[in-house]
Order: sequence, then structure tokens, then C-alpha cells
Amino acid sequence: MEKKHIFDKPENVKRFLLGFYLLLGISLAAELFVHKHAYFWWEHYPFFHAAFGLVAFVALILAAKHFLGPLVRKRENYYD
Amino acid sequence: MINAFSPALLFLLGALFIPLFKGRLRNAYLLLLPLAGFALLLSMQEGAQGVLSFLEYQLVLVKVDRLSRFFGYIYLLITAIALVYAFHVKESSHHMASLFYAGSALGVVFAGDFLTLFIFWETMALSAAFLVWSGKTKNSAAAGIRYLLVHILGGLFLLMGIILHVHETGSLAFGYLGLNGLSSWLILIGFGVNCAFPGLHAWLPDAYPETSPAGGVFMWTFTTKTAVYVLARAFPGEHLLVWIGVTMTVFPIFFAVLENNLRRVLSYSLINQLGYMVTGIGIGTQLSLNGTVAHVFCHILYKALLVMSMGAVIYRTGKTNATDLGGLYKSMPLTTLFCIIGAASISAFPLFSGFVSKSMVVEAAALGGMTIVSLMLLFASVGVLEHAGIKVPFHAFFSHDAGIRTKEAPLHMLVAMGAAAVLSVLIGVYPAPLYRLLPYPVEFAPYTPSHVLTTMQLLLFGAFAYVLLIRSGIFPAEVRATNLDTDWFYRKGTAVFLQVLNGPAAQMGEKIRRTVFERIPSALSWFGKNPLAVLKMASDRALLAFSGPEQRNILIARLEKEKNIYPGDIIKHWPVGTSVLWATLLLLAYLLLQY
Repeated sequence: MEKKHIFDKPENVKRFLLGFYLLLGISLAAELFVHKHAYFWWEHYPFFHAAFGLVAFVALILAAKHFLGPLVRKRENYYD
Repeated sequence: MINAFSPALLFLLGALFIPLFKGRLRNAYLLLLPLAGFALLLSMQEGAQGVLSFLEYQLVLVKVDRLSRFFGYIYLLITAIALVYAFHVKESSHHMASLFYAGSALGVVFAGDFLTLFIFWETMALSAAFLVWSGKTKNSAAAGIRYLLVHILGGLFLLMGIILHVHETGSLAFGYLGLNGLSSWLILIGFGVNCAFPGLHAWLPDAYPETSPAGGVFMWTFTTKTAVYVLARAFPGEHLLVWIGVTMTVFPIFFAVLENNLRRVLSYSLINQLGYMVTGIGIGTQLSLNGTVAHVFCHILYKALLVMSMGAVIYRTGKTNATDLGGLYKSMPLTTLFCIIGAASISAFPLFSGFVSKSMVVEAAALGGMTIVSLMLLFASVGVLEHAGIKVPFHAFFSHDAGIRTKEAPLHMLVAMGAAAVLSVLIGVYPAPLYRLLPYPVEFAPYTPSHVLTTMQLLLFGAFAYVLLIRSGIFPAEVRATNLDTDWFYRKGTAVFLQVLNGPAAQMGEKIRRTVFERIPSALSWFGKNPLAVLKMASDRALLAFSGPEQRNILIARLEKEKNIYPGDIIKHWPVGTSVLWATLLLLAYLLLQY
């Protein structure tokens, strides 16, 4: 019987994600206490960077999956 | 001549003696070379040394200033780390190629004239090809040839540019060029091939993943950063480079999403990181150039760290595809930790090295009021997080357990990775010593509350998107596949070219050969046997076409007879009158031609 490793236990995965969500909350709450130095107009919007991170990530994945993938993805031994 | 002795020459000469040593002694000797190089670099004075006259030109074999010294430091540092990582490699040839390669890169960095630069530029490409072949697979053999061909082509562009430039200016000196005229464009293309400019980049994800684990650490470092160095010298503030740079930050991240081979992911990641450096060169302010140079330093360390961690995985498991890996944190916990540190550094999390260098370029773009550029850089940051920050460590070490149970990486690899990891964190926490080495005075504070907050929001919510996409099943599963890139044009192009050559072109050639060398000569010789009879046959045939049905049979019979007796009795058909007629006609033609 192999030794159980840290992420073999589902409760540890849950704990990890809980910590992660907590960090998300802190990063949003911190905006109330930090004066944001803005170079562009859009940076004045509250939570701009959080929203941009979320949207850009999803857009990147969807674009790669639905546009680039069908264009360039071939079988593994394509060049052989 | 002794004052031209640079770390470059030390490496090139030192490499020759590697086969004399074995085992631990050889490892000690290997490590001695970058250490001696470091001492040498510290003792070198600023300015031009090793000045020679060559024909009517002046060669400057070694030129030291703040910029070349800076590149010298990081190149020697990474050589030491990479050599420790390569201790397990038994073949002397591998180490010799590595040191020739690193030495050539140092040679370019310290070159004060175009000829010296070009020679080291070419030896760099040649020794790098040996490192591609060090992968020792069928693929690496082919990729090495392609690597060499592409770089020889790039080198030829550079050479054409240099020759034109020398012709125009009468000087071999290497320094600021700016884009003006054909020679500078050719030189830019030559540099651009090595810097993986968009469209000229495909050699990189083609060749780098094929290298041996130890060879990869060298490869991911030298060629591209040396190109950044020469660009920073020759084309600072060239606005075109801003657009080339941001394109480089953005387009590879889409490829990296699709890529299954994690070392190919790191290849696209390299192009993305070069993009930040090229953008900084293009902006051309003191802040942006400082940013480029600082990013070279940080990037070399953390990218080497990521490459080393993937190399350790290959060394232990022989695998590098995301579909084959997973759960390795159980067997290789330290490698996992180092990979995560590399991932955090490249993603530019606060307290890691990428944060203190990348932000200089980003801020320089913002201060320049470059709206679209700033948004593209921000988007690219999210892309870095996706492929290098999450995908590489997650798929290799966590994800679904692939059931591989192996040993931790060998000690010397752990030491090399540990050194790069410690430096990446140290620079992130305390960037002042790095900033002091930069070419211009630094008045930049990376750790403002605003900057830390916005970066954390961007990265954390990017990661949150990853969690959401995985949980909802939208995130594309890793699949075994070949993803095409612009190398398709020359890989398929040459195949099609060969097919055309072997098929239609060969048939056409055969036809031409038969016509020219067989049909036409034999027809002429047939005609020469009795030209008059041939003319008679031709006239009979013409008559046949215009004659009525009653004459046809006679004519056909006559033609048949003429054919059968051809060439017949030649003399009989040559009455004197005809000859005189011909001679008169010929003389007449001659007369007409004369007037």
C-alpha cells in the first residue's frame, strides 16, 4: 500500500481551494485601502485588473480552443 | 594581444582541454572555467582592447562597457549553473559544444566590430546545432539540420547587411545603427531570425524541445538573449520594435495553450518573454532599456529554472508530454518546488524576480501613453500565467496521477536548480543590487501598494478563471497532436518541392531530354539524307490535301512509294538546273540580307 500524498485526500484539495478563494477576497477588499495609481482611464474603474484577468484568461482559452486549434492542430505524426 | 583575452576566448580555448579530464576532475575543471571567466571579467577595463588592423579596417576584438559587462556577468553565472546541471553528461563533445556555444555568445557580446561579431555569430549557430543533435533522436537529427539551415540563412542576411554597411560608411565598428536604408534592414532581419521575430520564429519551438536536458539549459539562454543584446545596441528607440515586441508577447500564448509537449510550451514562452525585451528596446527610454536588460537577467535565471525542472523530469521519466505526466510531486518534491518558484517568477508574482523587471517595461509603455501596447502587454501577462505559471507545473507534477513513480532528480541537478531558484527569489525580494548593475541610473520602485495590488488581482483572477474553466469542463483537454507553425511552409514546402522534382519535373525533364537529344537529331539526320525527297513528299502531302477524290488514290500510292524507297538514289534527283536555281536563290537571299 503506497503512502498517501497530500493531494490524494480530497479534503486537502478543498482546503487548498478555500485558501485560494480567501486570497481572491483579500485582493478585492484591499482595493478599499490602497490608492491606485492610474496611467489610463480604464484603471480608475474599481476591480479593473481582477475583471481583466478573469475575462482575458477565458478569452484566451476560448480563442485558442475554437479558432487556432482547428487551424493548426494535426495528428501527432503529421510530419513523419 | 594579451589584452584581447576575454571570457569568450577563455571558453573557446578551455573547451579544447575537456577531453583530457574524467569524472570529478573534469567536473571541477568545467566549473573552473566560468569562475576564471568571472575573475577575468572583473579585471577587464572599460573601453576597446585587442585593436587590430585588418586590410584598411580596424578590428576591435574586445570592447567593454556597462552593457557588455552586464551580459558578461549573467552569461558566466548561467554557464556555471548549467554546467553543474550537466555534470551527469559523460560525453566530452557535449560539454565542448556547450562551452563553444557559451563562448561564442560571449564573443558577440564583447565584439567591438562587425567582423568579430559575425564570426562569433556563426560559431554560435554551429555549436548550437550540436546541442540540438545532443537529443540523439531521429527528430533531433532532422531538427538540428533545419536549425542550421535557418540560422545560416539568417547569417547571410546579416552578412549582406554588414557588407553594404561597411561599403556605405567605410567602417567596421559595431554600434548604434537605426533603421535607415537597406543595409540596416538586412542587419535587422539577421538579428531578427535569432531573436525569433514573428514569422521568423518557428526554428525555436522546432529545435529547442529536441535538445538533451542539459543542452536545453544553454539553448534557452544564449542565442536569443545575444540577439536582444545586439538589438539593444544597434536599434534602441526604433518604434517598429515596439510593435514587433508586443506581437511576440501575444501570439505565442495561443500556441502555448494548445501545446502538449511541455518543453514546446516553454519554447513559446521564451518568444513571449523576448517580446517584453524587444518592446523595451523599441520604446527606447532609459527606463525601458533598463527594463529590457534587467528582464534579460531575471529571465535567464527563471527560464533556466523551468527548463531544468522539465529536463529533470525527462531525465527521470523520459517523458515531456502533458498527456503522459502528472502526479510527479509525489516522487520529485524538490523539483516540484523549484518549478513552482520558476513559474511564480515568470508570472511576475510580487516577491519573485519577474515582478521587478517586467514591470519596468510595462511602466515605460504606460508613461509613453501607449494605449494599445499597454493593453496587449497586460493580456500577455495573463497568457504567461496560463502556460508557464499554471500549465507547466500543474500538468507535470499535479493534475491526474499518471502513475509514474521515480526518484528525485540527482543532487547536482538539485543544486543547479536550487541556485537559480534562490537567486530568483532574492532578486524579487531585494532588487537593488541588480538595479545598480543596469546601464542607466534607476529611479523605479516596483513595490508600490498600487502595483502589488493590481498585479495580484490580475494574476489571482486569471488563476480563478482557470479553476472555473477546469471545473466546468470548458478547458480543452490535452491531446497528442502536432500543432503547425510557420515551419510548415519550409517543412511541407520542401517535401512538395521534392515531390514535384521527382514526379512532374522529372517527367518533364525526360521529355525535354528525349526531344532535344533524340527526336530532333534523328529527324534532322533523316531529313539530311535526302532533303529534296523530303520536300517532294511534303509537297505531295500538301497536294493530297487539296486534290479531288479521283487524284487521291494516285497521290497516296506515290507517297507510299516515296516513303518506301527513301532516301533512294540521291544523285539521280539532282539535275544541274535545280542546283543552279538553288545557288541563285541563295545568292539572292545573301544580296537581300546585305541591303
